[in-house]
Amino acid sequence: MITFLVSAISIATVLLFGCVGEIITEKAGHLNLGIPGIMCMGTAGGCLGTSLYMGIANGNPSWLLLVLFSLVFSVIFAAATGAIYALLTVSLRCNQNITGLAITIFGAGATDFLMSFVDRTHFDAAGKLISSPLPFAKNLGWFGEIFLGHGVFVYIAIAVALACTFVLNKTRVGLHLRAVGESPATADAAGINVTAYKYVAILVGSGIAGLGGFYYIMDYIKGSWENASIIEAFGWLAIALVIFVLWKPHLGILGALLFGGCYIVAFVLANVTSTQKEIIKMLPYVITIVVLIVTSIFDDKENQPPASLGLPYFREDR
Amino acid sequence: MDKKTVVELCHITKRFGKVVANCDVSMDVKQGEILSVLGENGCGKTTLMNMLAGIYYPDEGKIIINGEEATIRSPKDAFSYKIGMIHQHFKLIDVFTAAENIVLGTGEDEKYDIKAAKTRISEMSEKYGFHIDLDKKIHEMSVSEKQTVEIIKVLYRGADILILDEPTAVLTPQEIRRLFGVLRAMRADGKSVLIITHKLNEVMEISDRVAVLRKGAHIATVNTAETSEKELADMMVGQKVSLNIDRPLPENPALRLDVDGLTMTGPEGNLVLDNVSFEAYSGEILGIAGIAGSGQRELLESIAGLHHLDSGSVTYYNPKKDKPITFFHKSFERVMELAEEGMLRYADGRDFDGKDEDGKPLHRKTIKAVVEAGEIFFKEDEVINLREKTPLQIKELGVRFSFVPEDRLGMGLVGNMDIIDNMMLRSYRRGHSLFVDRKKPEELANDIIESLKVVTPGTHTAVRKLSGGNVQKVLVGREIAAGPKVLMAAYPVRGLDINSSYLIYNLLTEQKKNGVAVIFVGEDLDVLLSLCDRIMVVSGGKVTGILDARTAEKDEIGLLMTKTDSVKE
Repeated sequence: MITFLVSAISIATVLLFGCVGEIITEKAGHLNLGIPGIMCMGTAGGCLGTSLYMGIANGNPSWLLLVLFSLVFSVIFAAATGAIYALLTVSLRCNQNITGLAITIFGAGATDFLMSFVDRTHFDAAGKLISSPLPFAKNLGWFGEIFLGHGVFVYIAIAVALACTFVLNKTRVGLHLRAVGESPATADAAGINVTAYKYVAILVGSGIAGLGGFYYIMDYIKGSWENASIIEAFGWLAIALVIFVLWKPHLGILGALLFGGCYIVAFVLANVTSTQKEIIKMLPYVITIVVLIVTSIFDDKENQPPASLGLPYFREDR
Repeated sequence: MDKKTVVELCHITKRFGKVVANCDVSMDVKQGEILSVLGENGCGKTTLMNMLAGIYYPDEGKIIINGEEATIRSPKDAFSYKIGMIHQHFKLIDVFTAAENIVLGTGEDEKYDIKAAKTRISEMSEKYGFHIDLDKKIHEMSVSEKQTVEIIKVLYRGADILILDEPTAVLTPQEIRRLFGVLRAMRADGKSVLIITHKLNEVMEISDRVAVLRKGAHIATVNTAETSEKELADMMVGQKVSLNIDRPLPENPALRLDVDGLTMTGPEGNLVLDNVSFEAYSGEILGIAGIAGSGQRELLESIAGLHHLDSGSVTYYNPKKDKPITFFHKSFERVMELAEEGMLRYADGRDFDGKDEDGKPLHRKTIKAVVEAGEIFFKEDEVINLREKTPLQIKELGVRFSFVPEDRLGMGLVGNMDIIDNMMLRSYRRGHSLFVDRKKPEELANDIIESLKVVTPGTHTAVRKLSGGNVQKVLVGREIAAGPKVLMAAYPVRGLDINSSYLIYNLLTEQKKNGVAVIFVGEDLDVLLSLCDRIMVVSGGKVTGILDARTAEKDEIGLLMTKTDSVKE
């Protein structure tokens, strides 16, 4: 049971990074289907950072520097991929869905390509270091194991989700960002720089999402690498999660746990056939479809996607 | 009357392409006054005000604010001159509260404190007499509440000059009274209020002065106390101009369409059609006059079967008595329906009910053969109730409607398809083969291009690439080629040059000569008066009068168009 919860929390963390990143982007009115690719690129960047630092540290790495190095690299790579998406959809007003899909395919491929160059000799050690639990976790029995026994990235994810809710609902920046996603024309008329808000939201959102992929590789599976397809799959799940939690980052924490649980339960349960496993793995998507149906039937104005989601904004169209 | 002049417009001219929206307009606004800007549709009143609000920039002339020349290039610039405009279409965010909408984009350099802002808004509301719940979300609000939020939004940004674009169009009489109270309070506070309107009774009630615009030019600014509704209507519509449009007298008009008591609720909850009744006759053109948005569009669309009606009926009369029935416009099923209703007979007068002498149903092939041989006749005129029928059902009933909608590329044609494909939109159900017949539509397309002189590189050019006039020719050509009995056209000459306009007028007149009942929604009163036989005037979804176009006077129509329920207390 404890192992199940610990694993569920780990998968939830991957999804939560992706979900929060996507929510920030969608709040600016951009449906970013490039998130899976961006999460892959975040992985590539993070791994590159790890490998560089482990090279520098020469067998004696510091926990803090390793986390900082990999985090910064991961965010930069993911944000840079997000920047391509932003340039195409905000400035050049390309179709967001097509651009997003292209970014996903590009990101996954580029990650496989980049990872073939990365020196992975110290990944095992780096993985262990990054996933090292909070210092006092051992003394608290099962409680410590479930809630405190994770690497630092789990707590970063939760903090980011809570901070994101706060910024969106309690600050002027959040108000303006939501206005941009709801009605860019209104925001523009109110003197808000629509383009700047969209760019920043996409870059920040992409950067956060990228951490999800890196966390999975370095913390959860401790630095082993096959290919990007598993991270891409988590990316799609994260986008579904955004709908499931009705664009609310703090609900994303619980939603991610549920989705993560559904994902991991299939591997943990002993006497299920492979068919049953696949059915369980389908659950998150089924739930998402049900949520979409329910919110559409009740036509609840509060829990709808941002009104201008997916629409390009031309200032001339007044 | 020695009030300070706050805004002066000097020789403002604004063009959109070849169209002159405002021509050499000069007028002024004084401090602490309510000025009405009055004019018909398309007279340039909204364009002129948009230049003050920073939406458009004048091509010529200057704007002087408080004695200094001002450059207003954006709504933000307008605010820096303390000018705020409340548009007809509210710019509010549905899922935000009133307070969030009001503070949006303000106070960049202070701490974000919605509570302090709310206190400030409440103080302001008290001063001017607004009633508003600041924590209510916009999507839960009525139109009048949304308007209040828009007005507060402008005041919160410190505007001293407020422009309201047709503020009363969507309000109930009580709400209008409340709005007027607020406007008077603002005037008393020294603010200048400009109201764009075309409702004469409101002009008389609320404003201190009236500026009248006609066809882009400023006609006069008069003190309300020294004028009358009649005088204003005269200034608004101007002198009658005779147009050289051929107008033969209707020949043997027969009732074609009887519309009775149509009532329909719009999306905002107000009545867009209020008990509309009229009749359309074959061989005549019935004009519909009215300020844009008075229900013309909804009226035509509900006749065409596109809307759900609250009440009323639409009845189509098909003068088929003693004429043979054909499969050209009637389906086999419809023929059988008519046979069962006892509407049909053989040439020798025996009833045709689809059965033989022994009461056994006739074979499908036998029925087809006799109908195709022209041996089956109508006993009576066909009377069809069209209420709550979809366009497809109407077509299957064999009712020959043609509809030239206002929105040509939205409802009439598919912009990305070529002329042939657009022809096929009306005929794709013909024929029995699995594949569509492209030959006939191609012939039709070529016919239309030739006879209506459509300028196009070929029949395979996407319709959206054609100019507005040519798009309209393609649409009208297709609708006329369908051989209608009722032809409805909404603003068919909007955006067209003189020659194309006359071509369309002549096409309509030709249809009328062929015995079609033509319904023409127009905006130019001179055209309506010279083209139509009768003119129905609508205002606020109601019919305010049906006049004989040959004897009607322009100002008479102008008064009917602006006739609304009184808002006086």
